[in-house]
This record gives sequence, C-alpha cells and structure tokens, in this order.
Amino acid sequence: MLKIEGWKRVLIWGVVLFGLLLAVPNGFYGQVERSNDAEARIEAGFEDAETLTAAAGWPSWMPSGLVNLGLDLRGGAHLLAEVRLEEVYETRLDAFWPELRDALRPERDAVGTIRLQESDGTSLRVRISRPEGIARAMEIARSLATPLQSLTGALQSDIDVSADGDILIIRLSEAERAATDDRTMAQTLEIIRRRIDAAGTREPTIQRQGERRVLIQVPGIGSAQEIKDLIGVPALLTFQPVVGRTTDPEAVPGVGNELLPSADSREDGIFYILERTPVVTGETLVNAQPSFDQNGNPSVDFRFNTTGARDFCDYTSANIGSPFAIVLDSEVVSAPTIQSAICGGSGQITGSFTIEESTQLAILLRAGSLPAGLDFLEERTVGPDLGQDSIDAGTIACIVAFIAVLIFMGLSYGLFGLFANVALIINVGLIFGLLSSLGATLTLPGIAGIVLTIGMAVDANVLIFERIREELKTAKGPARAIELGYEKALSAIIDANITTFITAVILWLMGSGPVQGFAVTLGLGIVTSVFTAIFVTRLLIVIWFERARPKTVEV
Amino acid sequence: MRLRLVPKETSIDFFSRWKIWLGISGLLVVLAFASYALQGLNFGIDFRGGTTIRTESTQPLDVGVYRDALAALELGDVAISEVFDPTFGPDQNVAQIRIQAQEGEESVSGDVVAAVGDALSAVDPGLKLPFPSVESVGPKVSGELIQTAIIAVLLAIGAVLIYIWLRFEWQFALGAVAALVHDVILTIGIFSELQIRFDLAIIAALLTIVGYSLNDTVVVFDRVRENLRKYKKRPLAEVLNLSINETLSRTVMTSVTTLLALISLFVLGGDVIRGFVFAMIWGVIVGTYSSIFVASAILLYLGVKRDWSKQSASAGTQFGAADGGTQYDIPERFRSKDAPGAAKKADGGKKGSDDASDGGGGGDD
Repeated sequence: MLKIEGWKRVLIWGVVLFGLLLAVPNGFYGQVERSNDAEARIEAGFEDAETLTAAAGWPSWMPSGLVNLGLDLRGGAHLLAEVRLEEVYETRLDAFWPELRDALRPERDAVGTIRLQESDGTSLRVRISRPEGIARAMEIARSLATPLQSLTGALQSDIDVSADGDILIIRLSEAERAATDDRTMAQTLEIIRRRIDAAGTREPTIQRQGERRVLIQVPGIGSAQEIKDLIGVPALLTFQPVVGRTTDPEAVPGVGNELLPSADSREDGIFYILERTPVVTGETLVNAQPSFDQNGNPSVDFRFNTTGARDFCDYTSANIGSPFAIVLDSEVVSAPTIQSAICGGSGQITGSFTIEESTQLAILLRAGSLPAGLDFLEERTVGPDLGQDSIDAGTIACIVAFIAVLIFMGLSYGLFGLFANVALIINVGLIFGLLSSLGATLTLPGIAGIVLTIGMAVDANVLIFERIREELKTAKGPARAIELGYEKALSAIIDANITTFITAVILWLMGSGPVQGFAVTLGLGIVTSVFTAIFVTRLLIVIWFERARPKTVEV
Repeated sequence: MRLRLVPKETSIDFFSRWKIWLGISGLLVVLAFASYALQGLNFGIDFRGGTTIRTESTQPLDVGVYRDALAALELGDVAISEVFDPTFGPDQNVAQIRIQAQEGEESVSGDVVAAVGDALSAVDPGLKLPFPSVESVGPKVSGELIQTAIIAVLLAIGAVLIYIWLRFEWQFALGAVAALVHDVILTIGIFSELQIRFDLAIIAALLTIVGYSLNDTVVVFDRVRENLRKYKKRPLAEVLNLSINETLSRTVMTSVTTLLALISLFVLGGDVIRGFVFAMIWGVIVGTYSSIFVASAILLYLGVKRDWSKQSASAGTQFGAADGGTQYDIPERFRSKDAPGAAKKADGGKKGSDDASDGGGGGDD
C-alpha cells in the first residue's frame, strides 16, 4: 500500500541531488566568483599564471552558476533614463535640407528661388518664390523619398510632403519615425554600453525598457552621478565654419546658422555665429586620447577615418586664414584659425580642460556620441557597506528563522517533524539551486521571500500531518492513515499553492527590481516546497516505514 | 511528548456570534477608511516622487541641526527622521532625509545631493560620504508606479476570484475575496494610522498577504467542500464549524511557523525592510482571522448549494435552499469509504473539474 516504485525514488533523489549540486557554488561565493571571472578573462584571450590559478580555484566539472546579488545587496547604481527621440527627427530633417536644396535649384524656372524657413523641429519648411510651382516642388521632394518596408509589409515613403500656399512642408512619415526610434534606441544602448565598459566597471546591465527608456544598472559604484557624468552627455563633436563672433547673446544668427556660447573660461560671454551644417562630425573619429598641448595644458588628440580626413583636408585647404570652431554639445570648445591645410588625418582639441575632463572627453569621443539626449527619471544608489549590512542581517534572520521553525516542527510532530525538517533544508537548498541555474537576482525583499518560504513551506507538511492525525483517529492502520493523509491533503495543498503562485506571477509581471526579486523567490519557494512536501517527505516516511514496520504511529 | 498549540479535539462554536464578528470586521474596515481619509498614507518617494538620502555618521546626530543646515539650501519640503535599529553598532547613527521632487526636474540632480553632503558635513564631522544610499524618483515614474501597483493588486484579486470560482462555487469565491479585500484594507489602514512609510515594497507585501490570506481561506474551504459532501443533512453552520475546528490545528501551526520566521526577520533583518516585514506580520494575523471570521461567515451568509435532493431544514442558510443548480459530484473513493449512504443518493452525473487534482494525487501510488 504505502509504496513508491524504485524508478520514482531514483528520480526524486536525482532531482534533489541535482538541485543541491547547483546550490553548492553559493557556499563558496568568493572563490567561485573569482574563478568565473578568471575563466571569462581566459575566454577573452588574457592568459597569465595568476588568471590560471584563479580559474583553477573552482573545479570546472562542478556547476559554477551563482545567485546574482541585486544592487540593494551588493551596492551599485540603478538609473532609468528616457531618450529624447524627437531630437533625432530634427537632425534627420536638417540633413535632408541640402539634398532638397540641390534638387530644387536646377528647377528654378518652375519654382523660383527657394528659402529655408524657421520651423519647430518637427518639419522642414521651404518657401518658394513662385507659388504656382508648388506642385512641381512637391513632386521633386517626393522623388527624393526612399521607400521603406513597414511592419505590415506595405511600402511607405520615409517622408510626408505637403504644401501650405507657397511653403513646401516636409515631415518624417509615421513609418520612418518608428524606424528612426528603433535605430536611435539601439544606438543609444550600444553607446551607453561602450562608455560604461570603457570606464571599466564589471557586469553592467543595460536594457531597453518600453518604447523609449533605458535601464542602467552598474554594480559597485558609490554614486549615480559618476554614471550620469559618463552617459548623461551626448558628446556630439562637430567642426563648423565660423561666421562671426559676438558678445550679444540675443544676436540673430540668420537662417542656416546658429549662435553658440564659448565653453572656454577665458572667453566668458563670447558667442560664436556658426554655419549649422558641420564640415566633419565626431562620427568620423577613429581614436581619441588624452594628451597635452605644446603649452603643457591638457588636451585630446584624435584621428579621423579616411572620409573624415578627406573632408577635413578639403575644407582646410580651401579656407586657409579663416577660423573654424570645434563644437562639443552645443558649446564652442575652441575656434582656431586655419594656418595651413590639415591633411594628416589627426588633430588636437585644446581648450580649458582639467586632466580629468580631457580623459573623460577622450573616453566619450572614442565611444561615440549619443544620437539624442537623455532625461533621468529615476536613480537609486546603495553603497556596498549598506548592501553588506543587509546581507549580514538577512543571513542571520534566515538562520534564526530556520532554527526556530526546525525546533518548532520537531516539538510538534516528533519524528515526522524531523522528516519535514529534512525536507525544509532540502527546500532551501533547492531554492538556491534554482536561483543560480536560472541566473535570477537575489534582492533584499528576495531574502524576505526566502524567510517567508521557510515559514510557509512547512504548511504543506502540516496539512498532510494534520490529516494523518485525523485519519489515525478513525483507527485505520498506520499505513492506510498515512496514505489517506497524503491523498486527502493534496487538493488543499494544490489549491492553496496555486493561488499564492498566481500572486507571485502577477508580482513578477508588474513589479520591477527588488519587488521582482521577491516574486522570484516566493514563486520558486512555492514550487520547491510543494515538491519536497509531496515527494521528499513522503519518500522519507515510506523508507522509514519499510524499515521500522511500526504497529502504531504517532504524528 | 508533543507540543500542542491546539487540543486534539476542539469544538469551538465560531458562528454563534458570526454577525458580531462580521460587524467588528466591518467596523475595522470603516476605521481604516476613516484613518486613510483623515491622514492619508505616508507615501514614500516611489509614489510621490522626490529623493531620499540615507546618512550615516559616527557622531550622535541631532535632527534639528541637520534641519537647520538644510534649510539654507531651499529645497522645499524636507523631512528628516532618525533611524534606530538593534543591528546598528554604537557609532552608527543613521538618518533618513526625504526631499520633495524639485520643480521642473525629473530626477534629482547630482548637484543637490552634493550640496546636501556639503551642508551636512559642515555641521557633522562624522558624516560618511558618499551617502550609504540615495534614491530619487521623478514625478513621471512615480505616477506610473502608483498605476502599476493598483493594477497589480486588482489583477491579483481578480485572478484568484476566477480561480476559486472555477475550483469551488461563486459563494466561496466571494467569501474568499471579501476576506482578502478586508485584509488589504486593514493593512492599508494600519499603515495610514501608524504613518509607516508606504512604498513599492509594501505593495509586494500586500500581494503576499493576498496570497497568504487565500492560502488559509482555501484550506478551510477545501475542508468545507469535503464535509458538505460527507454530511449532506447537517446545517451549513455546523458543517462550517466542524471544518474550521478540524483545520484549526493546521491553521495555528502554519501561522505560528510563518510568524516565527517573520518575527526573526523583523527583529534581525535590519531597518531597510522592517516596514515590509511589518506589513506581512500584520497580514498573517489579519489573514488568519479573516479566513475564519470573514470568509466563512460570508459563506454562511450567502449559503451554498447543497446536494440533497429532498427539501430539508436548511437552518443557517438563508438563500441556500432557494437555488438548486449543479450538484456536487462525489469521487468514487469517497463514496465507498466515507459516506456510503450518500453515495447511493448522489447521481454520478458530471465529474466536476473541482476534483481534478484529487485524481492526480491518487495516481501516485
């Protein structure tokens, strides 16, 4: 009657052992972490004696997955940023203007002279002097459009062309905006990753969230400001022709030009009028290094790629004697006069930098510029000490809770309580095993989830034991009573745990960060506690029953 | 010798004054609402936006001095509170500073945090910098977080309502949901009354309470369902009483183990999650109470369909006899072993979905 088939026993023990084996590395956290890091370095091609020793610190045949510690436990910074996608539309439209101008010029007979109008950044507005030619102008503009495949498969143009009297209006089409958004987000993620990697922090998490947000988590950083300094600036470098210099901040730069302040502290209150279209941009840079100029001031050396070098060479050869501006994020860093044609493909940015600033600027230029600005919506930093305090407090609380429950169960159910305790120990081991193999993140509320699980995990066993007690009252044999106890308690166990599991799933879906960590441990705890209660304690009881063959049992 | 929190046999009459219990619960719910209406919740920055800075100093700290030092910065509403915890060492003096969301800014700028650091270290030489933790949430995100939190709680309640409805009957589902709405309201009420900081983690605690309260209620209901099949002629109040008495030992055992674990976390787990753990402890107590005195009492009030075909005295059920819908189906093994008489009467019509897992359990041996 009270029997479990051989293969089932093997399966149950197999699952338990496998789960516990997965949990083992967490007992040697530091050692395994060093070994894993070393293996990653070897993978990347760094192989030295020290790395090899560290890698050998943990046997390679053992599982090496660790529970990830959340930022609230290991310390670090968490940032949520929103990308200003609209900025890219403006750049896109600005870039379209020269193309449109060149296409309309040969048609002067039909459309007359053309003039760029001020706009709000969402459209390009061009006035033509012959209103009757507007249809022709629209036709020309449309001929410049590139077809693009939308999600639905229909071909769409990348621009919408319309007219308002004698003004030609160009807007980005819906499909183009969606495509641009995706591109912008991908670029933003890539550039943030490069910048953070360049700063040498380990295991940053950089994820897109929703339409236009980026989640950045960097462990081991003491202040979010460090990251914001690193990723918060676009680092858009351009070389633009200088039209004039002024001290009037209200000066009208004229269409196609812009007025930018000087970033140099020695030129306080100076503004430059620049042509809006750059000669070369930072995108053509292949390298940037911090260095010093001939006066010993910090500066940044850079190198153009071939396109950049050629454009720069062409421009400088044609404009010897006139000034050009080096512009970084809408501020003029410096505006030297072109002494001779610069065709070597390399150059130097000088200005009033500190050494830190020049080093930072070099990193930013190497990583590339962000396509659009970022707004930070949320930031959370936890110092590593506070994190360690939380781990310590959580560990002690876990151990005390564990011992209290073990003693209580032992006192209440005697031998059966002991079985439940073995199952509880296995249960906690399995939770850690699952957490490690899933690569889930353990957060402070997650620890609370484990403690709660310790308390609640015995519930299934309590249900079964109480049921066995009741069945024993009706004076059936012990074997039958145990069997009935399991059988009849099952529906309550399943119902009770499924409802709790539903709430854990909802928490996981709706929550973020620490709350999600709680949902994960709670959910896993439910799965493992049902498994250990239904299979493991049962197996223990069956084995005991077979050996002892008791005439009566007391639960 | 066994430790027994509940005697072997109990026959406590839980329902002789069920109207009083429901009345008390109703009153508590009203009080919770009143407290919420009068003082509102002490929302953390997750829900109202702003910045919290945790400071730590080796010097004994004076909240007044901190307040004066920060007043010069003109940051708007600034709240400073000292944090006490048994896990702190003698030279660990911790305070929590909350700064309102700054005008026109999504997240706090590093300048503000740096300025606070400068101002405080000027008056407190023992101040640890950088701060142990800085959290800043912009108004945009906090608005979304509130929305998500409300949706999550409603979704959880809705999902279990449907699950219990499918597994039991609608009266059970209503009883269970009434109990957990009761628990959630009372938890929000105590947070409002004691002005404990209400943040995102508390929502997680609320959902856990929903889960725990249900767990408890479902276990009682499962037994009620079983006993309804077994004792077809006994009044509902008696069956409910019997079921609760039978499961009482388990209810107490589980509550005690869970509370043991939670209390150790409350005392030793540090101040960062204390509010969260407090919510859960409260939830376990209220949840245990409500599964008996709210869920079951409502079940008693609503009545359930009984599967006797002959009309008989339906004391305790007010509407029970009136509606005769689907009948409970009794699994084979129950008919032969437990209620042989009933088995003959019951028509073995449809196999209810409510026994699906029972069948699965039987297949194990």
